[in-house]
Amino acid sequence: MLEVRIVKQLPSFTLDVDFRADDEIMALLGSSGCGKSMTLKCIAGIVKPDRGRIVLNDRVLFDSEKNVNLPPQQRRVGYLFQQYALFPHFTVAQNIAAGYRGRDKAARSRAVQEKIQAMRLQGLENDRPNHLSGGQQQRVALARILINEPELLLLDEPFTALDSYLKWQLEMELADALKRFGHETLFVSHNRDEVYRLCDSVCVLDQGKSQDKQSTQALFHHPQTYAACLLSGCKNFSAIRRLDGGRTELANWGIVMEGGPPIPEDAASVGVRSRSIHISREKTGEQSFPCRIERRLDDISCTVLMLRPVNGRNGAVLRVEIDKDAEQARDWLPGQSVYAWIANDQMMFLQ
Amino acid sequence: MDWYPLYNSLRIAAISTVVIFFAGIAAAYYIAKIPRLLKGVLDVILTLPLVLPPTVVGYLLLRLLGPKRVVGAWLYQIFGTKMVMTWWSAIFATVVVAFPLMYRTARGAFEAFDETLAYSGRTLGLSNSWIFWRIRLPVCRQGLTAGAVLAFARALGEYGATSMIASYTPRKTATISTTVYQLWRTNEDAKAMEWVLINIAISAVVLLCINMLEKQERQWVRQ
Repeated sequence: MLEVRIVKQLPSFTLDVDFRADDEIMALLGSSGCGKSMTLKCIAGIVKPDRGRIVLNDRVLFDSEKNVNLPPQQRRVGYLFQQYALFPHFTVAQNIAAGYRGRDKAARSRAVQEKIQAMRLQGLENDRPNHLSGGQQQRVALARILINEPELLLLDEPFTALDSYLKWQLEMELADALKRFGHETLFVSHNRDEVYRLCDSVCVLDQGKSQDKQSTQALFHHPQTYAACLLSGCKNFSAIRRLDGGRTELANWGIVMEGGPPIPEDAASVGVRSRSIHISREKTGEQSFPCRIERRLDDISCTVLMLRPVNGRNGAVLRVEIDKDAEQARDWLPGQSVYAWIANDQMMFLQ
Repeated sequence: MDWYPLYNSLRIAAISTVVIFFAGIAAAYYIAKIPRLLKGVLDVILTLPLVLPPTVVGYLLLRLLGPKRVVGAWLYQIFGTKMVMTWWSAIFATVVVAFPLMYRTARGAFEAFDETLAYSGRTLGLSNSWIFWRIRLPVCRQGLTAGAVLAFARALGEYGATSMIASYTPRKTATISTTVYQLWRTNEDAKAMEWVLINIAISAVVLLCINMLEKQERQWVRQ
């Protein structure tokens, strides 16, 4: 069990994080520079928060009111740095041995051997880190952390230092290692695909402020906030305007909603995924609205159309994705007038 | 030929290099951590001897350590010996003059050090002193060695401050540099030339060492 509640004033924003993790792989998801790495550094004890409380299992790591601030050495928090932070003058075996906590040399070399086997580093024992590939370096760093027997694992963007064609394999290996680890793991990332595949739950950080933790499924399929929806990959947003008679207008696109489910009281905007927008030549219903095709971009697997709603406001542009092999995909061309239509149940209402 | 100046120069340079090596590392390490304003002031004071004429340094040292000056008189009372005009008086001069070379090189090496190495060491439970001696110093060792070699070369060639605080006494305080000056002054041109060649040879070897260190460092850079 990990409980984090910290506040720290940073030069450009205030870090204000509050979450709890129970035996799970939890992602801290947010755009670059939103305070994700700073949060990890506070938990590890490298940076001291201004105030708050951090509890790991039954140990208080930090409590500003009781003046508790354990040094990193006593926190038992494993930290996998973005660039792995291997000691460049040590061999692979020496690097791993540096993480061993006991003093018994025989036990230490047994434990090092065990980790070398487990992380498939045989034959590299006497190499220095700069002779290893990125993936091997990551396995050494992970072995060095696991031999230390931490109670919590912090992973800071573990795949950014790697070539993309290596990532897939490494991600599966890391997933296996995390399963074996069996304690709480915090995974910092700005990559939603990684998070979706690896994590049980997600805490979104928006400009230093943490939002409520959610299951990964809930965040990606039913996001509650604008920041979460944006991070889940949604590209189309509109403000909501409530009209007389209980009707609702999606202001940016000039659509007045007909029927559909009741809209939550606290909803301020709506998000629609690029794949949820249907287009046709003719008006198909009350809610379909006229647009002009502004641009057409051909991606590897899909065609992207940029639509400008005729009655839209604030220069709103909708992004629509169509499967490449869909029949009409070839026929949509810039300059054409079309109708777009969004099913009510595809609209994500956001706080 | 009397080899005393070579022997004296080498021991003065060697002893002052040891002193400068540790003092320079300590200064570079601790000054990096203090508030900016104080850091700027200390930085200027510690680097000043690099740009001051050695005679100015010699003058200040005599003002400080001369037998009738406050510190010099106090030390005379304690140790019963004068701080000037002995062979080891030159060490004061060489330490002050060569210190900035070590200090600045060490500071550059520490600033280039990847701090996440220290962070990861701490989260792994390694003590701060272990991290300093086993990680920070070894990782920075090329820069630190280069600083020490430069300081040694500078100490070996020191003339101005040395001649003021230790003077020239044959077989007592004579160093290579003061000997060259003395021989030239007394028109012993051939002998002066011998010492000049010896000095050039030593300096060339030192520079060769620095070049080799730099080459090694380049091979060492992390991918």
